[in-house]
Amino acid sequence: MKSIMLRVCVLAPALLLAACSSTPPPKPETVYPEPVFAANRVVPAGSVPITEVYDPWEGMNKRIYNFNYHFDQWVFLPVVRGWQAVVPEFARTGVHNFFENFRDVRTMANSILQLSPQKFFESTGRVLVNSTVGLFGVIDVATAMDIPKPDEDFGQTLGYWGVGTGPYLVLPLLGPSNVRDGVGLYPDFVLQNYIQGDLLSKPLRASAFLFDSIDTRENTSFRYYETGSAFEYQTVRWLYSTKRELDVEK
Amino acid sequence: MTTTHFLQRFLGGLCLLSMASFATAKATVEDYGYPITDRFVATVVGTPEGYEADLPKSIPFKKRRIDIFPDRQLPDLVWYGHEMIYAEVLQDRPAPLIFLIAGTGAAYNGGKNVNMAKAFYKAGFHVISLSSPTFPNFVTSASTTGVVGHSEKDAEDLYRAMEMIIARLGDDIEVTSYNVTGYSLGGFNAAYVSKLDEERKSFNFRRVLLINPPVSIYNSISLLDRMTENIPGGEDNFNQFFDKLVKAFSKIYKDSDEIGGDFLYQAYRAMNLQDEQLAALIGVSFRMSSGSLVFTSDVMTDFGYVKPKGLMLDRYANLSEYNQVMGRLGFTDYYHDFFYPFYKEQYPNMSRDEFITAISLRTIADYLKSSTKITVMHNENDIILEPGEIDFFNEVFGDRATIYPVGGHCGNMNYRDNVAHMVATFTEGVQ
Repeated sequence: MKSIMLRVCVLAPALLLAACSSTPPPKPETVYPEPVFAANRVVPAGSVPITEVYDPWEGMNKRIYNFNYHFDQWVFLPVVRGWQAVVPEFARTGVHNFFENFRDVRTMANSILQLSPQKFFESTGRVLVNSTVGLFGVIDVATAMDIPKPDEDFGQTLGYWGVGTGPYLVLPLLGPSNVRDGVGLYPDFVLQNYIQGDLLSKPLRASAFLFDSIDTRENTSFRYYETGSAFEYQTVRWLYSTKRELDVEK
Repeated sequence: MTTTHFLQRFLGGLCLLSMASFATAKATVEDYGYPITDRFVATVVGTPEGYEADLPKSIPFKKRRIDIFPDRQLPDLVWYGHEMIYAEVLQDRPAPLIFLIAGTGAAYNGGKNVNMAKAFYKAGFHVISLSSPTFPNFVTSASTTGVVGHSEKDAEDLYRAMEMIIARLGDDIEVTSYNVTGYSLGGFNAAYVSKLDEERKSFNFRRVLLINPPVSIYNSISLLDRMTENIPGGEDNFNQFFDKLVKAFSKIYKDSDEIGGDFLYQAYRAMNLQDEQLAALIGVSFRMSSGSLVFTSDVMTDFGYVKPKGLMLDRYANLSEYNQVMGRLGFTDYYHDFFYPFYKEQYPNMSRDEFITAISLRTIADYLKSSTKITVMHNENDIILEPGEIDFFNEVFGDRATIYPVGGHCGNMNYRDNVAHMVATFTEGVQ
């Protein structure tokens, strides 16, 4: 289990190296005619676009972005469609709630680390209600009871303590992230694995990771390249970064 | 709430509001209950909770892909855009079919198309939901020339796509009649598609409904372009303006538990935005969507508009510079310095101004006047119309035009009376 996650974490730097080493040798400069609207005439010197995000590894990131699209097409989305075809909706909702319950546990832990009693009590309340009345989290009673659902992870905890995001990073399979949030995935994963290890038998534990991934993809409507816009990469990059910035402040 | 939902809401907030006038026409609708009287607020916020039509939560909205030009070679930068993406929502019994055409820069699965699909599916229609010809995927997959915004050519491209979709469905469905509707630019497109159908007769449309269409595309985009002039301190202060908006937005985001249906309305109220700021926001969102459209056309045609002619960008290319240039250009620049020069050869006898102003419903006013199957639903305070332009609809369509007193640009499309009106337009007289 851990090794899968480790491999994911190790893969990113490896791909980074691969991308660096495959940078083509400089070609002789071709001179192209100036377009109707050239940057040097239209954009005032020194102006920074509002959607700018620190992304020194753009070349590698775009390659991973591209890889994720293909993984989606050939593996992830077909599996999700199979899942939807085979498992009835109420059962999928149960599975979803089950994993969301662990996310509430993650929020509990990170609320402590962020010294936030309110979020801690809200998430603890959710976990207590859902794990008992909600039959191990399968039924989301807490939401029906209007208990708020804060969402905190270790990336946000690092942000809370002033750790900067570092460069933007597209993670294999997982998509938009940055160095801070990418690092933050690991403690959260260890925590979830630890609790599941206590609760679930070994074969179940192995499949839990798989089902969690399928459930997450099923509930994420984003599809790579479907905005059709050539600027999609930088729009997503900016939106992710802004969203995370707001999440840290929240 | 996932990141994606946030993305959709936030950019939705910016982008969905595709586009509105000092109306002089007299209101034709008495006791109208849509609650937002300010035209900019209505355009941005839409229909608040409690006023929306009662629509099914989920419908069998199936995403489909169709290869319109199998032999087309796409530039590597837009390699993913070969197939046109659309959606179908089908009945399992014989039923009338309706095509929906989205507005400027909007996709087949944008909020307005999805809501219309729900309403028509609920009313027993087969629904085919199409992106606007100004949506980048349409440019790469379904536009013959790659340069959109031309009334006849866009109609031909749409028509071809519609024919291919129906041909592919074959015997899977039984269609009792064909109908078409669209909002904003999609309404404009629907009028030209209907005209084309009179010659081609593939569908023999039974009814056609134009929802908040522009009269003249050039006038409307000029209005929208000029809205960016409302940025306090001018365009060079755009970053500060935008930062302020994001900060205000973040405050509301922090205080709200979830970004639900009414989020935009609450956000608007809490942010206490003035009309000028809303106009600036609308102008900026319009620029963002027109920017990615025009850049796509530039890449498809190698015209040399912002990308140097001959330079072949690959899928991993850094586009920051082009994005920044597009952020500085209006849609009117596109019409003057790309669209017109691109089509010039085909129209040697027309001046630039004649050519651009011909892209208007006025050009086909005779057809619209005589064709009783076409009806219009519009708002007196729509922000995309020049002063007085709303009168065009009363003059040409007579009692086939319904002009609501408020609603801004498409802000009332999901209001219960409007949805009932849309559906009734197509169900009247059907057994």
